Amino acid sequence: MTEAVIKTRQLTKEFIRDEFHVVALKDVNLTINQGEFVALMGPSGSGKSTLLHLIAAMDRPTSGDILVLNQSLRDLGEREMAHWRNRHIGFIFQSFNLIPVMSALENVELPLKLTNLKKKERIEHAMTALNLVGLGDRVNHLPRQLSGGQEQRVAIARAIVTDPDLILADEPTGNLDAASAQEALTLLEKLNRDYGKTVVMVTHDPHAASFASRVCHLGKGVLLEQEPSLAQ
Amino acid sequence: MKIPISYNIRNLIIRRTTTMMTALGIALTVAVLLSVFALVEGLRTSLTATGHPLHILVMRKGATAELNSSMTQEQFQTIKVKQGIAGLPNGEPMASLELVTVIILESPDNPSGINISLRGLTTTGFAMREYVRIAEGRMFQPGRRELVVGKGLAKRYPKARLGSKLDFGRGEWDIVGVMDGGQSAANSEIFCDLAQLASDQNRESGLSSVLIRATDRASMQALMNNLVDDQRLNMDAVSEKSYYEAQTSSAAPIQFLGIFVAIIMAIGSSFAAMNTMYAAVARRSAEIGTLRVLGFSRTGILISFMIESLLLCLLGGIIGCLLVLPLNNFTTGIGSFITFSEFTFNFRITPGIMLMGMTFALVMGILGGLFPASSAARKEILTALREI
Ligand SMILES: Nc1ncnc2c1ncn2[C@@H]1O[C@H](COP(=O)(O)OP(=O)(O)OP(=O)(O)O)[C@@H](O)[C@H]1O
Ligand SMILES: [Mg+2]
Repeated sequence: MTEAVIKTRQLTKEFIRDEFHVVALKDVNLTINQGEFVALMGPSGSGKSTLLHLIAAMDRPTSGDILVLNQSLRDLGEREMAHWRNRHIGFIFQSFNLIPVMSALENVELPLKLTNLKKKERIEHAMTALNLVGLGDRVNHLPRQLSGGQEQRVAIARAIVTDPDLILADEPTGNLDAASAQEALTLLEKLNRDYGKTVVMVTHDPHAASFASRVCHLGKGVLLEQEPSLAQ
Repeated sequence: MKIPISYNIRNLIIRRTTTMMTALGIALTVAVLLSVFALVEGLRTSLTATGHPLHILVMRKGATAELNSSMTQEQFQTIKVKQGIAGLPNGEPMASLELVTVIILESPDNPSGINISLRGLTTTGFAMREYVRIAEGRMFQPGRRELVVGKGLAKRYPKARLGSKLDFGRGEWDIVGVMDGGQSAANSEIFCDLAQLASDQNRESGLSSVLIRATDRASMQALMNNLVDDQRLNMDAVSEKSYYEAQTSSAAPIQFLGIFVAIIMAIGSSFAAMNTMYAAVARRSAEIGTLRVLGFSRTGILISFMIESLLLCLLGGIIGCLLVLPLNNFTTGIGSFITFSEFTFNFRITPGIMLMGMTFALVMGILGGLFPASSAARKEILTALREI
């Protein structure tokens, strides 16, 4: 059974700054099903990140609809949107974006501060996530005491600690060496395959895209072709 | 708290130089304010500690201080037989005829000298001031040119130490004792024999005031009314307590100036705090964006940066309190506009004053933090993430 997790209809995003008028996304119709691992590819400036941001409710579309987990993001207020992100989205950045003054464990625990979990449970969950990414022995290290690959694995642990429905990654391997990239991609693949997480990953790297079950191409804000999903 | 406070504390530690500079500015502001209040509090404590609740000070009508009052032996005889005056164990009424004048004492701080109150009184007058005891040496002897100095003076004026001589009037006087007047005004006065002083100053017929003690509260008011209404006397009667309490106003100009300076400094310090917090917001823009992506709300961000500003200023407040703490019990003097002589007292830093200093610091924290914190909260997620 396939269930649409993300469904966009005529999704358009324009940026108007002074006299500049950029159409970052134009009439994008995209459906991503539960359990898919989708790679978003396309040249620089083609709107990949913009699409990911709209899915993550980090920004609002100019026109068109976007339905994520059966929730129309248009209808959410500021505060609800924040709560929704915390509950449903795990976001992974190209530059890791860990909080520098917090240890690996504290970074991973952070999203759980917004839940009703008790301190002890939060630590347990964070430890589970860190063990899953293979960093159970680095919990008290600060981000600057970790390698880039380890930092990204902490960021992945932080993205999955709330057990989100969707994992969104914007060029997660962009700042990593080949070996670390391989580790990160293996992790994402594992999350998708073993834990059934839906993953949407923006990437420039064909090797990274090869981990995906489907590759979508964007060009100048337009969704080009859809290779048939292996999941279907 | 959603975003842990440790996040703010650690960031303050990371940029420790800026933190310390800003906190120090706030500390100095708080210290200025606190020292002024400690001074006023010390003066107030000292003045309210002076005087017996049943004491009445009788002065010439229109006189604002003992110094510009005048009193004759005849008037004193009329006053001391009034109804309602308490008695000494020896049967004498508790009525003390006194002569108050000023002498000039030089000190290293004030080479040109400062006015000091010199009080001539009898053994009755001394006995009525139970809070005054001889700390060193002995009491002056009637009929001799001997002085007993308040301990505040003895501490501050090398010339007023036990065993030294002071030269005024018709010659030298020996300092034979130092008196401890608790917190009271006696600490900043010199006592001597009334008759000796009167003849020395040619004022046998022009004495200053009379201090009397009522038997109880009820008769005190009646006695005061009786004294004021007595046409032969033409005298005013005030309670000794209110006479001294009124002198707290001598500190008003210092207090005003101190508060004025502190407010100017506080405005500066608030801007410094604001500047520091704006820099923090700019530096951590990407973190703000990340926190928002993780699900923290705009309000959460606002509160977090407000807390950081408050912590910064709280640190300043604590340092400020520590800076003024050594002032506690430090003895100083202030010129009184009522007695025209110096009044010696101790700075007093009470928990209430420190609390006020901390509140003052927090107000600076709120003022300094408000704009940066709300600018942090207003940032759009993507804008915040892009700014590095
Ligand atoms: N906040 C913004 N204001 C103005 N223009 C923007 C903004 N964000 C994106 N754009 C524009 O929208 C277009 C798409 O940007 P986007 O970041 O989605 O591209 P991308 O495919 O992720 O590129 P890259 O591979 O370089 O990350 C670009 O032309 C970009 O300049
Ligand atoms: Mg991008």
